[in-house]
Amino acid sequence: MPTAHVSKQWRELLPRIEELAARAGLQYNPVDFEAVPETFMMEIAVYGLPVRMPHWSFGVRYISQLIQHRMGHSRLFEVVFPGNPGHAYLAAGNSLAENMLVTAHVLGHADFSRNNMLFHNSQQQVGDHIVEQAASHARQITMAVEEHGLQRVELVLDAALALEQHIDVDRRVQRERYPEYEVPDEELPDGAFSRRFASLNPDSAARESGPKLKRAAIPPHPERDLLWFIANYAPELEGWERDIFLAVREESFYFHPVHATQIMNEGWASYWHARLLREADFLPQGAYVDAIKCHSDVVRPIAGGDKVALGINPYHLGFSMWEDIVEREGMDAARRIMHEDDDVSFVHNHLNAELAAKLQLFRFGADSSGSVKVLKTDLDALHEVIVGPKYNFGAPSVSASHVRVDGTLELAHDYKVDGRGIDVERARKVLGYIERVWRRPVILHTVDPHGAAFELSAAAAPATASVRS
Amino acid sequence: MSKDESTSSRATVAGWYDLFSRGARDWLRHNDKVREAVREHLPEAIAGGDVLSGGTKTIRVPVRMLEHYHFRLRAPEEQQGVGQGAAKPGDILGQPGAAPAPGKGGGGRNDGGFEFLLEFKVDDIVDWLWEEMKLPNLRARTGRAEEADWIREGWDRRGARSRLDRRRSMRESIKRREVQSADSPRFTDDDLRFRQLTKREQPATQAVVFFLMDVSASMSDRDRQLAKSFFFWAVQGLRRQYRYLDTVFVAHTTEAWEFNEEEFFKVSGSGGTVTSSGLKKVREIIGARFDPSRYNVYLFYASDGDNASSDHADAGAELEEIATLANYTGYLEISTTSQGRLNSECGSLFKALADGGKPAASFAISRFEDIWDAVRHFFQHQAAG
Repeated sequence: MPTAHVSKQWRELLPRIEELAARAGLQYNPVDFEAVPETFMMEIAVYGLPVRMPHWSFGVRYISQLIQHRMGHSRLFEVVFPGNPGHAYLAAGNSLAENMLVTAHVLGHADFSRNNMLFHNSQQQVGDHIVEQAASHARQITMAVEEHGLQRVELVLDAALALEQHIDVDRRVQRERYPEYEVPDEELPDGAFSRRFASLNPDSAARESGPKLKRAAIPPHPERDLLWFIANYAPELEGWERDIFLAVREESFYFHPVHATQIMNEGWASYWHARLLREADFLPQGAYVDAIKCHSDVVRPIAGGDKVALGINPYHLGFSMWEDIVEREGMDAARRIMHEDDDVSFVHNHLNAELAAKLQLFRFGADSSGSVKVLKTDLDALHEVIVGPKYNFGAPSVSASHVRVDGTLELAHDYKVDGRGIDVERARKVLGYIERVWRRPVILHTVDPHGAAFELSAAAAPATASVRS
Repeated sequence: MSKDESTSSRATVAGWYDLFSRGARDWLRHNDKVREAVREHLPEAIAGGDVLSGGTKTIRVPVRMLEHYHFRLRAPEEQQGVGQGAAKPGDILGQPGAAPAPGKGGGGRNDGGFEFLLEFKVDDIVDWLWEEMKLPNLRARTGRAEEADWIREGWDRRGARSRLDRRRSMRESIKRREVQSADSPRFTDDDLRFRQLTKREQPATQAVVFFLMDVSASMSDRDRQLAKSFFFWAVQGLRRQYRYLDTVFVAHTTEAWEFNEEEFFKVSGSGGTVTSSGLKKVREIIGARFDPSRYNVYLFYASDGDNASSDHADAGAELEEIATLANYTGYLEISTTSQGRLNSECGSLFKALADGGKPAASFAISRFEDIWDAVRHFFQHQAAG
C-alpha cells in the first residue's frame, strides 16, 4: 500500500495490523494512506471528497467547521474513501498510538465499503474511483467557469447542489431517456393471444396493421430523480449545464450509501479498531494505553457519567449494536447483516429493547416553547426517530409530476409519505434556483399547515391558495 | 473518525496541501455574495454602523451567513429526538439546542448560522450609495483654478532616474532581445523609459465644509451620534467631488468654539443656545482662512431646533451673510418626536433663507434610518439649486 508523509514507525506496524485484520476475516481493497495537515482534513470533511467542485455553500460549511474547531468542539482523526484502491487521510497531528487505532478503524471501513450491498452497488456504478472522478468534475467545472463565467456556472450549481439529495437510487447512474412513444396496448402480454388469433385470420389482421403510435407523456410517471430529469428534459439547458447536473448527480450516488449506513459503518469500523487493538500484542504498552484512551473518547455517549444528552453518538450506538450482535449471533451472522442492511433495517432489526435500555436511550419531544419532555418508552417509536432522517436521503419526497404545454414544470410533494407540508420560504428559494436552469416557471404542489393542498411558486408574492382538483 | 473536545498538539505538514485552500476560496466567494446582498440593502445595513472619526477607510457591518436552500419539511409542532442518559419518561429536561438538534439532513449538513463582521471600503460604499440613490454630483461654484497641476503623461527615453518606469523598460528590453541574438545585453540605454510630466490646468477642486453643532444641554448623546453619522456621510459625499476638502468643526452654546474632529463629537456644553454665536464664528473663519473665490464653501448645521427668541434677528443676519459666501447651507434638525418638525426657531431661520432664494435646505431626523433620507435630500437639493 502506498503511503505518504507517515512516520516510519507507523509504516513498520501497518503490515502487522493488516495481518491481524486478514486473520479476523476482513476483506478489503488496498488502501492508500496519506498524512495531511489539519486544514486539509477539515476541507475533506466539509466537501465530503478530497477534491470537489467549488461552490460558495462549501465555504459556509468550512468556516462553520473552522469556528467550531477553534472553539475546541471537535477533532478529526481520519477520513476514508472507498474505491480500488481506497484512500485514507490521517491527520498529521495524530500520535503513533492514535494512528494505530485509526488504521484499524480505516480497515474496518474498507471492509464495510467493499462488502455492504449499498456501497458495493454504488461503487460499482461509479467504477470504484469516486475520488478521481470528483477531482475530474472539479476540473470540468473550473473550466466551465473560465469559459462561461462564474455567475452562470454558479446559477447552475445553486440549483444542482440544492437538489443533490433528489436522486432515485433504485435506478442506475447510467439511465436511458424515457421511450418517446407509449408502448401500444397490443404489446402487452395479454395481447399475445389476440395477436396470434388475428394472425390466423387475414381479415382481422389487416385491421390491426399500422399500430397508432402515441407520444408518451413526460414524465410518464412521477420522477424522483430531479437531477436526472432536469439534465435531460429542461427545455433550453446547454450542454455544459447538463454536464454539471450529471456531475453533481454522480457524486450524489456516491454519497447516498455514506448517508444511509452511517451508524452501521462507523459502528463496524469502531468494533474492528477495538478488537484489532485488543489482539495487537506487538504494540508498545504505552501506545496501547493511549490508543484505548482515544477509543473511549471517540466511542462514548455524548454526555458521560450520569449526565443526560439530547442526542446520540452514532459511533457509540453502532459500536454497541455490533458488539451485541456478535455476542448473540456470532461473527458470520454479523458479516451477513453488514452485507445486507442499511441503517433503517439495521436499527429496526437489531436495536432491541434490552439494548436500548442498557444504552439508556430515550425519546424526547421539544415543543416550540423550548421545553423538552422525555416521552414514554416505545421501541418502535424510538427506531423511527433514529432512522427518520435517513429516509429518502434525508430530503422531502418531491417528484417531477408534469410538464405543461407552456413548459411549466410541476413538482409534487408527497406529503402523505412525509406526514407534513414543506417549509414554504426555503422551497420558494429552491424553486427560484430551478427556474433559472429550467428557464420556464416551476411550481410545487404541497399542503399548508392545515392540510389543504396549495400551489407554491418562486415568485416573491404570496402564493394564492388554490385547491388542486 | 472524530472526537469531541480536543486538547492535543497539532503538527503541520508544510507543502503542497496549502495550495488547495478551497475552503478559504469558497468562503471568500460567499463573502462576495454577501457584499452584493448587503449592497442592495446598504443604507439600512450601515446606517447604524459605528462610524469612526478621522481617517476611517473601512466600515464593519454585521451580517449573517447566506443559506444555500434545500427542500425541507416544515418544522413539526413537536420536534422529536433521541437522547441518552438516565432519564425517565415524564422528566422535563433543560432547553434544547445544547446538543445537536434532530432533523432531516444528517451529519455534516449544518449550514451554520454565525453572525460575522464584514469590512467595507468607505469609498466603495459611497460610490454604491450615490449610484443607488441616484444622487447627482455636486456642482462646483468657483470656475477653473488658476494654478495648474503636474500630471503624468506619456514616456520619454530620457529623464530623471526617479521617474524610470521599470515595467515599461523591461518590456522594451524583452522586445529588443526577442529580435536580437540570444547573447545580446540585458539592458541598453535605448530600453529605458521615463515617465513624462506635463502641466495641466485642473478644475478647482478645493472645498471647505463647516459642521456647526449645537452642544447645549438639550442635545443628548444620541442626538450627537445622529449628527455625527450624518456629518460622516456628508463629508464622504463631498469628497467624491473635491480633491481637497477641508473640514471645520464648530460647536456652540451661547458662545462658539472651533474643535478638531475627535474632540468635537465629545464636547458637551451647558446653558442656553445662541445660534448667532456659532454662525458668527463660521463667518469669521471663512473670512480669515477660506477665501470664497477659491473655495467652495458648505455649511451643515445640526441642532435640536431651540434658539433664544431674542437671537432671531442676529442669527438671521449672520445666516444671510454666510449664504452669500457659501455654495450651500443645510440645516439638520434632530428631534425626538416626529411632531412639529422644522417649526422650530432654527427651522424658521433656514426657511426664511430658502424662501429668499438662497441655497438652503432643511431636514428633520429622529432615527438612524432617517440619515439616508437626509443625505439624499441635501445632495439632490444642492445639485438642483
